[in-house]
Amino acid sequence: MIGKQKKSVKALIIVLLILGAIWAGFPVLWMLSNSFKSNAEIFEFPPKLVTANFSFEAYAKIFQNPEQVRFFINSYAISAIVVVLTLFIGIMASYAFSRFEFRGKGLINTLIVAVQAVPPITLLIPYLSLIVTLKLFNTYWALVLTYLVFTLPYCILMVTGYLNTMPRALDEAVMIDGGSRWTALWKILIPSAIPGLISVGMYTFMQAWNEYLFALTLTKTNDMRTVPVGINLLMGQHAYEWNQMMAMSVLGSLPILVLFLFFQKYFIAGMTAGAVK
Amino acid sequence: MNAKLKKKLTPYGYLLPTIILMMILLVIPIVMVIDYSLYDNVIANKNPVFVGLSNYAAVLKDSAFWTAVGHTLFFVIVSIAAHMIIGMVFALILNTRYLSTRTKGIFRAIYALPWMFTASVIAITWRMLLDPNGVLNYFILLFHLSPEKVTFLASRDIALQSVTLINIWSGYPFYMISILAGLQGISPDLYEAAALDGADAVHSFTGVTIPQLRPILISLIMLDFVWTLQQFALIWMTTGGGPVNATETVSTWIYKQGFTKFQYSMASTGAVILLIVCTIIGIFYVRHQKAEE
Repeated sequence: MIGKQKKSVKALIIVLLILGAIWAGFPVLWMLSNSFKSNAEIFEFPPKLVTANFSFEAYAKIFQNPEQVRFFINSYAISAIVVVLTLFIGIMASYAFSRFEFRGKGLINTLIVAVQAVPPITLLIPYLSLIVTLKLFNTYWALVLTYLVFTLPYCILMVTGYLNTMPRALDEAVMIDGGSRWTALWKILIPSAIPGLISVGMYTFMQAWNEYLFALTLTKTNDMRTVPVGINLLMGQHAYEWNQMMAMSVLGSLPILVLFLFFQKYFIAGMTAGAVK
Repeated sequence: MNAKLKKKLTPYGYLLPTIILMMILLVIPIVMVIDYSLYDNVIANKNPVFVGLSNYAAVLKDSAFWTAVGHTLFFVIVSIAAHMIIGMVFALILNTRYLSTRTKGIFRAIYALPWMFTASVIAITWRMLLDPNGVLNYFILLFHLSPEKVTFLASRDIALQSVTLINIWSGYPFYMISILAGLQGISPDLYEAAALDGADAVHSFTGVTIPQLRPILISLIMLDFVWTLQQFALIWMTTGGGPVNATETVSTWIYKQGFTKFQYSMASTGAVILLIVCTIIGIFYVRHQKAEE
């Protein structure tokens, strides 16, 4: 009886396992499959996973089009600058929070936590006039600076947590040897926090790489567009080039997929920090 | 400079870049958006007139705004419920002892897939899947689920449900991974104790698993509420709020007021209302997180 029950539980699990994989994986598989089709074959009835004209043509077309290559260059450049600046500015702020007591600490800390509840669309309208006034409209800096507002808080909260676990005796030892606080922070504390910084860096990269609303509104010309906006532009311009849009989607998702595959543990640690303590 | 003063100023030195950035790009813009909401029309109008709270009265009397609020609530509540159920089921499957570690690893990666894609990729992929000539309609006709092709995103009757479905697909992995981490943190002793008391699988789920996961589940619901409430990209790129206004939510309403109708003051008013709602949830979230510590 118990053996039979166990068997049926196992059968149920296997059925759920497969249904779940179809639900989660089929859209991705279909995206991949359509990126290798000719455009005429996309809506072919009956649909096929691999068609007669299997080719890399859609990918080749993207690489041959400087306008589309530019979307990728922009996205990589902006995301990289955001990661570097977030870590640099965030680490400095975290050091202050972790090692000092000072006036206004509570207030600044509350402000940083509160950012996470501020909807980007609330800031969008004032950003438009601010960015225009600062003469940053349609530049990398328009995006880098506005992204920092949303990437810094997470970085500061996480890194402050890491630094709090490191004994103050470490900093003091450096200072007794004649080193400065600055040296203690960058030469001693930060190197031992590398695993945590990888999580933070990846989460930051993902935020910047995926951002859509500001990229849509604070840039204007095609040479300043990022991948998320660029994919959608393809839809407007060549309404029916589905195979190219799928190829661009695959290419646009690769950086995150690669990060996930190689750093799964850090990735998950970074992403779930909000809910799991 | 004397040493004492220098020591006092050191933390502010470390915080300077953060403070400058947050002043210019957070505090000032929030003051600006509140200010905008009190004028008849800004940016487009060179000499705006102060009108007090009358924009708020206008927004709250606008039936299109309340339609958007209704759609938003449907979108948010159905998404959260489905995220929770799917995330929980997948996490439980990935946590059973019936599967090998290797199998679990492979399926965990497959189930986490939607997490890897940005909103515009998800939007375009699903537009293709849900197209009247798309693969989903092929199966619908093949199994006679509907007498004719279903226009998921172009029909006023089901566009909102279709957009919600896409959001469900894109959002459950966060629940799954968080719940899985929570499940792995539950001590096996608790289950053994429950088993000794004669609890079956259902009772140990309701008696041990749910109470142990409670703090995580509450955090997830609050975070997801704030995120889904603000969801713009996915709706904008699948239906743009249409057909007509069938999928208009608060964020597409705000965006259209500002960037297609150039009613920046009305957009700002909507944006401030959204900010207030998110801030209230945010306060509960912070209190909940502090209570857990």
